[in-house]
Amino acid sequence: MREFLEGSQAVAKAVSLCRPGVIAAYPITPQTHIPEELSKMVAEGILDSQFVNVESEHSAASLVLGAVASGVRAYTATSSQGLLLMAEVLFNIAGLRLPVILTCANRAISSPINIWNDQQDSVSLRDSGWIQFYVENIQEAVDFHFIAYRLAEDKNVMLPAMVCMDGYILTHGLEVVDIPTQEEVDKFLPKYQPPYKLDVENPLTLGVLADSEYYMETRFAIQKTHQEVLKILPSIVVEFKNIFGRNYSDGLIECYKTEDAEKVIVAMGSVCGTIKEVVDALRKRGKKVGLLKIITYRPFPRNKIYEVLKDVPKVAVLDRALSLGAEAPLYSEIKSIFFGKKRTPKLMRSFIGGLGGRDITLDSIETIFKKLSLKEKEEEFIDLKQELLKEKL
Amino acid sequence: MFGPLFAKPLSSKNNKTGSWRTTKKPKFLQTNCIACRMCVLICPEGCIEGEQKNTYHCDYDYCKGCGLCAEICPKQDIVMIEET
Repeated sequence: MREFLEGSQAVAKAVSLCRPGVIAAYPITPQTHIPEELSKMVAEGILDSQFVNVESEHSAASLVLGAVASGVRAYTATSSQGLLLMAEVLFNIAGLRLPVILTCANRAISSPINIWNDQQDSVSLRDSGWIQFYVENIQEAVDFHFIAYRLAEDKNVMLPAMVCMDGYILTHGLEVVDIPTQEEVDKFLPKYQPPYKLDVENPLTLGVLADSEYYMETRFAIQKTHQEVLKILPSIVVEFKNIFGRNYSDGLIECYKTEDAEKVIVAMGSVCGTIKEVVDALRKRGKKVGLLKIITYRPFPRNKIYEVLKDVPKVAVLDRALSLGAEAPLYSEIKSIFFGKKRTPKLMRSFIGGLGGRDITLDSIETIFKKLSLKEKEEEFIDLKQELLKEKL
Repeated sequence: MFGPLFAKPLSSKNNKTGSWRTTKKPKFLQTNCIACRMCVLICPEGCIEGEQKNTYHCDYDYCKGCGLCAEICPKQDIVMIEET
């Protein structure tokens, strides 16, 4: 049914349709509305789930770890400092191969304290072993929760997945969203059948000590499974399309007018909507421009990206996060795809923008397309206020 | 793919903790042994066996080389030797 909903409300409805047995979350802006809505559903008896109030994000993550370890579908959500406080447990969840689903309402990291959107929080956890999706709009946020559960709980995957949605822009924005029926979701996402769980009838130890004789193989297995996800996800997305009617091609990337493009911006998240609008406007003026949207950042779909960008003369990578002291994360990874390859873009440049909630406007995007013609410095912060840099101690 | 992630009950013997030994391992000389069984009792791994005098030996798959058997032997019939 099509409803006019706030992003957080829509995600809460989607999560509720996934029938999680346990929900634990600690409030943090801009994630708060999601667990708030879910706790209301539980209190009103709309959702049959155990909602656990915890004292911190570290506890929330630990609680859902335990829940999934005992064979229950579980859910949590957080942002920014909350995600960082969870970090220790998040590595454990992936290491234990537990399909927890987490919504990250993307927000900047302190200090200075800032509650607005960028993607530094989840991008900082790209090495944790979690699958990461970056969604463009609220409908995608809803749909990728169904896809995330289905993929994570696949017996050949058994990895946690993070649905990353830009804080405020998507969590607090309102959109007309198609919320599927319970029957449709049940058809796509059957009851969780854990291939292993903590069970007194059939004892098993999870999280054993693995010394140098064993540890490396467990890490190799996660790396290998991530590569398998690149093959498993596309078939799940096709099945999703057959039931719900919405098409996310292979679920890994989305190409927007890239076929004959001379300039392409690569980006993740809600900014892709802005870029599409600029692409449409510039195309009307005869400019051959396009967008490559990265939906699945982990596993990183290297081969798919290579196929799209190999014949594009000029590529700009727009990061909403940094790897301080090195290159911007997405740029660095996109660039590394082309090492040793004959067919490669002639020019590739890194643009960093939208940190701490600064708007990336239509003009900002048009400027990127313009600057992509110039052989200036490799890395550039867009919409940077030079006058603030002159301030003295 | 999961790798060696889960442990079933009674599977601890699958872990060959002998790999933890660093420089020295015990050698059971089996010459002056009086079968007092002190070495069997003190071994934290429980990997020493023997019945009659001069029959005691350890399982190097599990011996961590702690040296307690050599230390407690009243006949100095167990010595710690360099790992080869």
